[in-house]
Amino acid sequence: MTLIGRTGATPPDLSRVRPYGDTIDDGQIQLAFTLPVPFGEEAREAARQVLRQMGLGDPRIYHMHDLGEGYTYFIAYGRFEATIDFTSIHVAKVESSRMDFYAVNAFVREHIGRKVTILGACTGTDAHSVGIDAIMNMKGYAGEYGLERYPMFNAFNLGMQVQNEDLIAQAIEKKADALLVSQIVTQKDVHIRNLAELIDMLEAEGMRERLIVVCGGPRITHELALELGFDAGFSAGATAPDVASFVVHEMLKRKLA
Amino acid sequence: MSVLGLDPQIIVRARRAASQIAETMDGFIRQRSTVAVERTTLRLYGVDGVGADDIPLPNLFVDAAGREGLLSQGITRTLARAVAHSGRDPQTIARAIGDGQLMLANLPLIDEQEVREIGERLADEAIARIAQNRATRDAYLARYEKRPEPLHYVIVATGNIYEDVVQARTAARQGADIIAVIRTTGQSLLDFVPYGPTSEGFGGTYATQANFQIMREGLDEVGEELGRYIRLCNYCSGLCMPEIAAMGAIERLDVMLNDALYGILFRDINPQRTFVDQYFSRMINSFAGIVINTGEDNYLTTADAVEAAHTVLASQFINEQLALRCGLPEEQMGLGHAMEIDPALENGFLLELAQAQLAREVFPRAPLKYMPPTKHMTGNIFRGHIQDAMFNLIGAWTHQGIQLLGMMTEAMHTPHMGDRYLALENAQYVMNSARDLGDEIVFKPGGKIQTRAQTVLIEAAALLEKVLADGMFQTLEAGTFADVYRPFTGGKGLDGVFMRDHDYYNPLEAGLRKGLGLDPVS
Repeated sequence: MTLIGRTGATPPDLSRVRPYGDTIDDGQIQLAFTLPVPFGEEAREAARQVLRQMGLGDPRIYHMHDLGEGYTYFIAYGRFEATIDFTSIHVAKVESSRMDFYAVNAFVREHIGRKVTILGACTGTDAHSVGIDAIMNMKGYAGEYGLERYPMFNAFNLGMQVQNEDLIAQAIEKKADALLVSQIVTQKDVHIRNLAELIDMLEAEGMRERLIVVCGGPRITHELALELGFDAGFSAGATAPDVASFVVHEMLKRKLA
Repeated sequence: MSVLGLDPQIIVRARRAASQIAETMDGFIRQRSTVAVERTTLRLYGVDGVGADDIPLPNLFVDAAGREGLLSQGITRTLARAVAHSGRDPQTIARAIGDGQLMLANLPLIDEQEVREIGERLADEAIARIAQNRATRDAYLARYEKRPEPLHYVIVATGNIYEDVVQARTAARQGADIIAVIRTTGQSLLDFVPYGPTSEGFGGTYATQANFQIMREGLDEVGEELGRYIRLCNYCSGLCMPEIAAMGAIERLDVMLNDALYGILFRDINPQRTFVDQYFSRMINSFAGIVINTGEDNYLTTADAVEAAHTVLASQFINEQLALRCGLPEEQMGLGHAMEIDPALENGFLLELAQAQLAREVFPRAPLKYMPPTKHMTGNIFRGHIQDAMFNLIGAWTHQGIQLLGMMTEAMHTPHMGDRYLALENAQYVMNSARDLGDEIVFKPGGKIQTRAQTVLIEAAALLEKVLADGMFQTLEAGTFADVYRPFTGGKGLDGVFMRDHDYYNPLEAGLRKGLGLDPVS
């Protein structure tokens, strides 16, 4: 195996890894949290016990602050003592290769031969359009144009608080090839119910097979997306080329082109 | 003196264009009313509570009047007839209408003088009640510690009003001056105001009168202990914009989000409905001594902060001029703007500083509301905390009036109790340590900061002149603001707008206008 880190530094054993503070295997983890207990030495001890019950050794409370009303805030460090076997980890990932703006459009011209119609929406009660805007809007995000700028895409950003039935109605009207659903700020896991409901409704309408359906957001993983019946899930950091590459490859693969 | 080297003639030009735009809108508004305006009028006369299926009595009353074709005369006319006929108070009458005991079609007509006597008595009582709350606030402010600007504004958003109170009180103890209770998502599109205390919500808590009262009591109590007046803020927006203003006036809220364009652009509420509703809500806020906050910051969440900066300034001018026509003094205009430039942009801080100082100089008496970074918050809470510190530095430097404190966990979840403490600590450190920086620094003539501010001002003046030439409604249809397109007859709530009859009567409106020094609606 290749040596990782400075020459001469101890290489990690990838079958037994711990968090790294400044020395291999020191297991250092930082935490910040609030307890509903009044400020004082008892609070400090309560915070220590929280760390211990998390399996963290040598719990140290470096900062604690009285929030009032019987609440106390802590910044703490502890040592993670178990180990993780990195070599046995398998994570579901979007497999399509990432193409850039030019390559995606060339791919559509060559393999699909018509414009791809894609609808984006932030659905349910969520009023945060920042994610879907980053992917859809002309300007894009982080130096990547949004899908509205792609000449081979008909991209429609339906905005925020779009109800699933409205999204489906628009999908029928616009003859969509793909739906992008964003979920940013949600409470009590309402985004899970909302995403699952969309898939159920698409299946009830007999539309699921004809559409590429993708979701995204800071709490979405590809694995979660697959579980919920989506074709892919994108987390924070994904930009338009990631999504576009997946959609056009998937269309070809499923013979929807 | 302008540290930005602004040309006062261009400010005059921009303000003149905005004034003419507002004048045109004012003419449009005066011919119309809405179901929300009429429900608001009832609420201020003392109608509250719900009837069958939890439908609020103001809705049942106004809908009943609408079915009888009586609404375009103003709800007060019908109410006055019911009072004369039954000798009961508005609440009892509304209850009887809600229960189906009183049929509006059966009410006898009464002469005009009697209508006016009853109407004016009801309006006078309502106005006295609002004035009383205003006096209570003034007494608190006179008695308590005066807080330095920018005031520290934080949000609570648990969904449960009782949990919100606990969070708000901890925030007050950490130095918060203003507590805003975020509304549950979706409330803005309800054409009624939910009733009673609530403990369930998504991303926020229902704005109900009971919830306002519960939070008000919680803040007054902790304020008494701390010797500070803790201001309460809510959201006077959506389809019930004026009703929420009335509830806020009754429960002594201090700050209200209250934008003339926000609902149109970001909630797809019909433009006509929004303009009429904002007019009535702002008169109430104005009379109640409530500071309004406008929502220009939101433009930059959809449009680019560098390219769209002039649309923010232009909208501030329009909001200012519309607010003046609602009798709102400049001291109650928390005009909004935000720090939303990509932090990776070289010299982005200079552009942000230019924009904040520009707003300060153009609106010297307004308690500007400065909004924190949201679009470029990433989940890297450590970088986010620094972005918020830079934002706080500009807030202190440019003497903003209200600083909506950024949370390091923006775009992740509604703020945790600990996040709020860290945000307040950040603001106190930065602002205290840089308090008088703005009075010490001048900018290089012709340098990057001055040039940026001058350019944005020129662009804003040109945009306002274009809006004036094209018309406000046409501008909204063309997607000029926030890259959003809104047709005149599109969006939600248009069916609640109606033309006033020649005998439309609203003594509350007349009383407010008189109290605010505005000319009567002819």
